[in-house]
Amino acid sequence: MCKRIKFFMKSEKTFDRIIIIIGLVVMIVIMVPVLFVLAASFSDPEYVLNGEVLLWPKGLTIEAYKRVFENEKIWRGYLNTIIYTILGTTISLTLTILAAYPLSRKRLKGRNVIMLGIIFTMYFSGGMIPEYLLVRDLGMYNSMWALLIPAAISTYNLIVAKTFFENSIPEEVYESASIDGCGNIRTLFSIVLPLSKAIIAVLILYYAVALWNSYYSALIYLRDEMKAPLQIILRNILLIGQTEQMGTNDVGMAEKIKLAESIKYAVIVVSSIPMLVIYPFVQKHFVKGVMVGAIKG
Amino acid sequence: MLLALPVLWYIVFKYVPMYGVQIAFRNYNPADGITKSPWAGLQYFKQFFQSYYCVDVIRNTITLSVFSLIFSFPVPIILALYINEIKNSKFKKAIQNITYMPHFLSVVVVVSMITIFSNKDYGLFNRIIGLFGAEPFDFMASAKAFQPLYIFSGVWQDMGFSAIIYIAALSSVDPQLYEAASIDGATRMQRILHISIPSIMGTILILFIMRIGNIMSVGFEKVLLMQNSLNLSSSEVISTFIYKYGIQNGEFSYSTAVGLFNSVINLILLATANHFSKKATNTSLW
Repeated sequence: MCKRIKFFMKSEKTFDRIIIIIGLVVMIVIMVPVLFVLAASFSDPEYVLNGEVLLWPKGLTIEAYKRVFENEKIWRGYLNTIIYTILGTTISLTLTILAAYPLSRKRLKGRNVIMLGIIFTMYFSGGMIPEYLLVRDLGMYNSMWALLIPAAISTYNLIVAKTFFENSIPEEVYESASIDGCGNIRTLFSIVLPLSKAIIAVLILYYAVALWNSYYSALIYLRDEMKAPLQIILRNILLIGQTEQMGTNDVGMAEKIKLAESIKYAVIVVSSIPMLVIYPFVQKHFVKGVMVGAIKG
Repeated sequence: MLLALPVLWYIVFKYVPMYGVQIAFRNYNPADGITKSPWAGLQYFKQFFQSYYCVDVIRNTITLSVFSLIFSFPVPIILALYINEIKNSKFKKAIQNITYMPHFLSVVVVVSMITIFSNKDYGLFNRIIGLFGAEPFDFMASAKAFQPLYIFSGVWQDMGFSAIIYIAALSSVDPQLYEAASIDGATRMQRILHISIPSIMGTILILFIMRIGNIMSVGFEKVLLMQNSLNLSSSEVISTFIYKYGIQNGEFSYSTAVGLFNSVINLILLATANHFSKKATNTSLW
């Protein structure tokens, strides 16, 4: 019996050690690409192109960042994305809550029918072309609204929000509210919303991240480069190689190419920083939100 | 009453396009509008199925999707099981934070990283395989490399975030079950196999069914960014095809027909998967 326990304890310990090793491997695999980009953005391009940079900058320089910050297009893209994200998140948040709250009340007539209609849209849609034609016919083509309105409500988020309302606000609260003479709208604002800080945080996060990183809508619906969000500008620089406009008129051709390389890294870092900075603060809310929505929903 | 606005939104932006889907059956002329455009029946569907690229495009879409499913579906589950077994809570938090992080990078950034790393001369990938003595290889120019690149970068980016659901489900398992099992002498592996996995089976199945419903609609954004003229033979999928012909070339009816075909197959697959799941395990979407 003693031997068995000892073996048991030992296999637990070995297991735990293996766990730590696996964990370290996973962390390395995830982090190396990111660290490389970070290091390369601060390195002299000569070393990067020779393959000498791995995790730490070589030939420390902030030249790439200087060029990035001098670039007008990037600033405009940044500004556009900030506007779109804030505006879009507000619109999406409002519409989602406006839908989730009534749908969470059991006594709503026709509730199941409406829910069915909404869930159906998750699995079947008109497709890219009819949606495109609709946006055009509504006169939203080449306007900011084409980015914010057609994608305003994510059905998944709606279900998460509705489930949250259903599970977190007991019926008694509503009863006492109506006894006190609260109409629907007042109940929403004065009672439900203050109780829902967690889910509002989750919704804001889901929508804001999606909006910040989106490029599909802009690709299809925007023609005017002045309105382009950051991701489109990024795509142009990183994937189509439009680095000529980066004001590198004062250097020779070979230098230009090298500089273009390190600018790529700097641009990646600069555009991802906002989202990466936000996420640690926010990750506990994410977990809670997913727990509520996904398990029950 | 409050519902009015969102419901209107749904009708306008989801159901109206569904009505517009009928242009797949008409010879759509923007000047005439939808209902006045002449009826074309199955002409566009025939056109697609008889085209020389039809087989390639469908094959690419299915293989990309199926392989994606095979490789990227289990990984978050395994990761979640793994994280659930970590005892040190600081380490646990660290792993979770680190693995979530790539999810917050935009698809443009991730594809750019792939492109940079694939570079023949100095890219990270080639440096690593060089360590094993292999010849440098231009990953982005190869049609064969497209699918692995797409799939594994997807795993890299999303495994942490997708694991959250499973982690949450695992955390609601009664610890007494584990205690009872270890008293009975079960090893760690046995506890994982017989307690952890069955408890999240319901979640796994539901997510799996939903995934199947999306088999034919491979993520358009990332594929479009990763495509180039050299890897087109394996990177052209139905969604990028629709984009090219519909939005870039303006062949509205044709591309809508293809899109409709896509949606219908998805629905059929979804219903089938749901049906089997119901029969076998009682878990289902509806």
